[in-house]
Amino acid sequence: MKKTPKVIVLRTAGTNCDVETGFAFEHFGAKVDAVHINKLLDREVNLSDYHILAIPGGFTYGDDIESGRILANELRLHLGKDITKFINHKKLIIGICNGFQVLVKAGFLPGKMKGSTLSTKDISQKATLISNDSSRFEDRWTYLEVKGDSVWTKGLKEIVYFPVAHAEGKFVPQDSDVLKSLIDNGQLAFRYCSAYGEAPVYPQNPNGSIENIAGITDITGRVLGLMPHPERHFIFENHPFWTRKEKNSMYGDGAKIFENGVNYVKEVLL
Amino acid sequence: MNWRIEIRHKKGVFDSLGESIEKAIVDLGISTVSKVEVAQIYNISGSLLRSQIEAICNELLVDKITQQYECADRQKLAHQKTLSGENIIEIAYNPGVMDPVEHSTMKGIIDLGIKGVDYVTTAKEYIISGKLSEKELDFIVEKVLANKLIQHVVNFEDLKKASKKKAQRVFELVTLDILGASDDKLMRLSQEGQLFLNLNEMKAIQKYFKKLKRNPTDCELETVAQTWSEHCYHKTFRGNIKYQYTVNGVKKTKIIKNLLKSTIIKATTEINKPWCVSVFHDNAGVIRFDEDSNICFKAETHNHPSALEPFGGANTGIGGVIRDILGTGLGAKPICCTDVFCFAPPDTDFKDLPPGTLHPKRVMKGVVSGVRDYGNKMGIPTVNGAILFDKKYVGNPLVYCGNVGIMPKDKVFKKVLKGDLVIVAGGKTGRDGIHGATFSSGELTTESEVVSSGAVQIGDPIQEKKLLDALIKARDKNLYTAVTDCGAGGLSSAVGEMGEVLGVKVDLEKVPLKYDGLNYEEIWISESQERMVFSVRPKNVKKILEVFSGENVEATVIGEFTGSKKLELFFKGDQVCDIDMEFLYEGTPKITKEAVWEEPSIKIPVIPLQSSLNDKLLEILSHYNVCSKEWVIRQYDHEVQGGSVIKPLVGVNCDGPSDASVITPKLGSLKGIAISNGINAQYGKIDPFWMAASCIDEAVRQIVSVGGDVERIAILDNFCWGNPDKPDRLGSLVRAAEGCYKTAVGFQVPFISGKDSLYNEYAQGNESIAIPGTILISAIGIVDDVTKTVTMDFKERGNLIYCIGETHDEMGGSIYLDTFDCLGSTVPKVNTKKAMKSFKALNQAVSKGLVKSIHDCSEGGLGVALAEMAFSGMLGATIHLDKVPYKGDDVRSDKVLFSESNSRFVVEVTKADQIDFEKILEGITFGVIGQVEETPEFIVYGRKDEVCVNLYIQDLKEAWQKPLRW
Repeated sequence: MKKTPKVIVLRTAGTNCDVETGFAFEHFGAKVDAVHINKLLDREVNLSDYHILAIPGGFTYGDDIESGRILANELRLHLGKDITKFINHKKLIIGICNGFQVLVKAGFLPGKMKGSTLSTKDISQKATLISNDSSRFEDRWTYLEVKGDSVWTKGLKEIVYFPVAHAEGKFVPQDSDVLKSLIDNGQLAFRYCSAYGEAPVYPQNPNGSIENIAGITDITGRVLGLMPHPERHFIFENHPFWTRKEKNSMYGDGAKIFENGVNYVKEVLL
Repeated sequence: MNWRIEIRHKKGVFDSLGESIEKAIVDLGISTVSKVEVAQIYNISGSLLRSQIEAICNELLVDKITQQYECADRQKLAHQKTLSGENIIEIAYNPGVMDPVEHSTMKGIIDLGIKGVDYVTTAKEYIISGKLSEKELDFIVEKVLANKLIQHVVNFEDLKKASKKKAQRVFELVTLDILGASDDKLMRLSQEGQLFLNLNEMKAIQKYFKKLKRNPTDCELETVAQTWSEHCYHKTFRGNIKYQYTVNGVKKTKIIKNLLKSTIIKATTEINKPWCVSVFHDNAGVIRFDEDSNICFKAETHNHPSALEPFGGANTGIGGVIRDILGTGLGAKPICCTDVFCFAPPDTDFKDLPPGTLHPKRVMKGVVSGVRDYGNKMGIPTVNGAILFDKKYVGNPLVYCGNVGIMPKDKVFKKVLKGDLVIVAGGKTGRDGIHGATFSSGELTTESEVVSSGAVQIGDPIQEKKLLDALIKARDKNLYTAVTDCGAGGLSSAVGEMGEVLGVKVDLEKVPLKYDGLNYEEIWISESQERMVFSVRPKNVKKILEVFSGENVEATVIGEFTGSKKLELFFKGDQVCDIDMEFLYEGTPKITKEAVWEEPSIKIPVIPLQSSLNDKLLEILSHYNVCSKEWVIRQYDHEVQGGSVIKPLVGVNCDGPSDASVITPKLGSLKGIAISNGINAQYGKIDPFWMAASCIDEAVRQIVSVGGDVERIAILDNFCWGNPDKPDRLGSLVRAAEGCYKTAVGFQVPFISGKDSLYNEYAQGNESIAIPGTILISAIGIVDDVTKTVTMDFKERGNLIYCIGETHDEMGGSIYLDTFDCLGSTVPKVNTKKAMKSFKALNQAVSKGLVKSIHDCSEGGLGVALAEMAFSGMLGATIHLDKVPYKGDDVRSDKVLFSESNSRFVVEVTKADQIDFEKILEGITFGVIGQVEETPEFIVYGRKDEVCVNLYIQDLKEAWQKPLRW
């Protein structure tokens, strides 16, 4: 019998996009477990039993102090070794919205700037996500230019349409060196743009992100984090004006990302 | 040592919060402020070394990429502040107000492996640059920075010596002498104790305790007051009403026994839909969804708390209605929120505000933030809503919060068994919200903010989210027999209700507390948020506690359901309450209230006919009750849970006003639900009967607009009225309830749940400002296939535009007349027979794919509906008003364009589908009134074929978007 890709959807207090994120992977044939972080910390569940780690959206610990900070510390301080090993074993990680904030603040994204094997020493914060320039939570749809050759974004349309829903999504790199290496390494997976791929203005760039950055990968392309929600554009009818469009596929723009993850595991890891 | 940490943005980093506060200060009319900088303050006490506190800063509190910090001994920094001479204002929460950040920070510090922290408090410091007088500074603090009910300005002088002290209290049983009390004394007791009980009720209590030959304890008296409060018992709706009314000039009187049963519930019983699973006896109404699941729906109000502390009031309002859904049957999973607000106009002059009230713009911003905070953090999409403005809401804003849940069909019913243990789970109990239930059963006064401030609270959505996650897990493992939420009345009402049949015994000292010093009575009636009560078989206790601890939710056994039919409370072994359940729930003296309804005499307005209606159309689009609410909608996450199909904003640029929202509650299934609402207080000023009818019509036709099956719609009623002890207020309430009955039966649309909030009056000296009686109808419809639904934006040039339904001379209460400052008297009526025919025909046309777009006509009539369809689709239109089916003598273009007659739709159909579509419309009044155009011009020809509107759609849109683009 063929083995099944296994996805762990990490949950804790305030996680709230776990069900739809899990559903997206399940739809493409993965076995999904939504696991509370307590179980990983207590070693009741082993991260190494899974192929994909998904950190879904939400407001973990209320985004108190700042978004994602407390969960980021839990991961870095108590599961840093496990996650490093996970990455080195060529497994996949995706962080969406709050999950992206967690990965960035824990230092897994953008991660190491050179070379491929990661050690726990490489995990340090090199960028951040702060309050939107509007200083408000905003839910709106954004056009995104897809770049780079991450396993996650293979075969995506050149410009995809995903909704954002956040108050702290302005991506700020630590300094120009970090930004430069993100660009040079092809780590800028998603950038806000106009419907026709031009440079965006507000609200096309909904938060004032530096270089219109909406999502990045690590240097290997196997760890992806993004503010917009691909799982919310999963079926055609999730599109905000689908009633004006011709239906060519049952899927929305976001589905491919999850399919890519599952296929990668089948092709490379199983 | 007491450490103080101040965190600021690094130079060059955009301080968005500071910027928005600066804007708010300019809004106050103060222009001398050049900059506002905000610093986040943490005060951490405990035996910590400098190296440890720096680790806490670097690893936890400070984002080193954008922020910098300073940390020092608290008193030392405070000393510097008092010397600095700048405008430095520090705002902190009052003691006892819940601040979730404290808890998270403690957790974060423990994660770092650092021990020895005693407590954490937080504050915000505002450094305001610019020349300000002390008066101006106080004004800024009061209007922008703080609400004194929950926050205070930190006095740095005090800080130099301050340290947090814990209150201690010794047990002392308090009894109240009522056995020999005179009527006067009884009433004094009721007032002083904020019991809001009337003399008859006090006497009934006296009689009961005379029989027991003892005086009641404070706890017993409070429990009775809460159980019998309007908020919990709904005395007005359940009592007797002597109703005097006038029909055709003839005065009549009738006695209504139980208004609820003789109108709302009667309609549901007569309609008798087989898909109504549980109505009017649980927290929420339950209807069937599909083979495996049911949907439940409930809407609540949280008006009084929102008037005093808008953020906290709306925040806990949402939290409360979500717990209603969690506590329906054996628990449902919340799947969407709907929120409707009524405020005074946001441009109200400060000097027109009654003393003690907050400015409506501040109320609105606070309420919206409160909803955003709770809904978004819980991960429940807010998909529908409305905002209504009227001057009369100035002292009593209305905040309606609705929630929908889904549950497996075998989890609808619950039953507490004898011997079950009582478990309270979720948040800890503090002194929050004491007197909430009784507080909302009285009028607000200028003094309310002082006297009743204990009734104001702030929620902790993450606590409730944890509770939700744990509850669903425990439910699916069948670990409890019943559950209910702690809402108004706290444990008193939750545990009491669950024990009503069997009796219950509780040891109050077992209830987990936020801080020491609460006495037994406070524990029992506290309205601390995010708590639920479970009844659990003894054999399942260990298992359920494990489920809760797995989600980091505190859960504690506090008592037992006994079978004694008594409410028995103990505190450390001493009995503090011993009353019969029968007295508590059946002992309320029946009251008869007087109600009078008379048709108001309203001057018939004379409106000059203008040849061009351009300006009027723009003015109506800019009317607060019509204009875009995008500023609000964008702040709500309306797509979390991944099932969004028709969003609140639709069209080419995602900014058109959708009629109803559609979601798929089960991922992978295309079966959906549609949610809408109807509200219009203007009509009620003319005739509450037709207001109720119009609101039902509006809610139903909006569901029909998106393609929801009219035969699968259920509705909720929420009455918000003035003081029902005043006969005119109650008369109008009765009239509205009668309108509900007639219209619901006419449409065969059952009520499944409802709620009332009365006493919405604001007493100011001898005058009392009552809100206009306001009914909200919330509707839910089942949509079999969401891929067939439609939106309201015009789709393609050349398509035909239809007007379905009759337009009458019904200008009463219209926005058009309001722009002339007139009310009018010809209120829109509803002909349910004719309307039903249109609804069914449109259902059929939509399901056959014949409809390209559809929009209902409501405020602003045909003119607004057409304009919205045009600019949402970025297409023009040519319209001929002489083609609109109009019934009335006085045919005028303005009446045709702006009358708000009910049961009407604008529909877009391709020319190719014209014949098929019109076949379906056989026997229904309709007109082909124009067509969609490629060019962005919106042209309306009047009744005499004159051009009465000629505008660009961009200008229409700008007029519509501008007023609330904050």
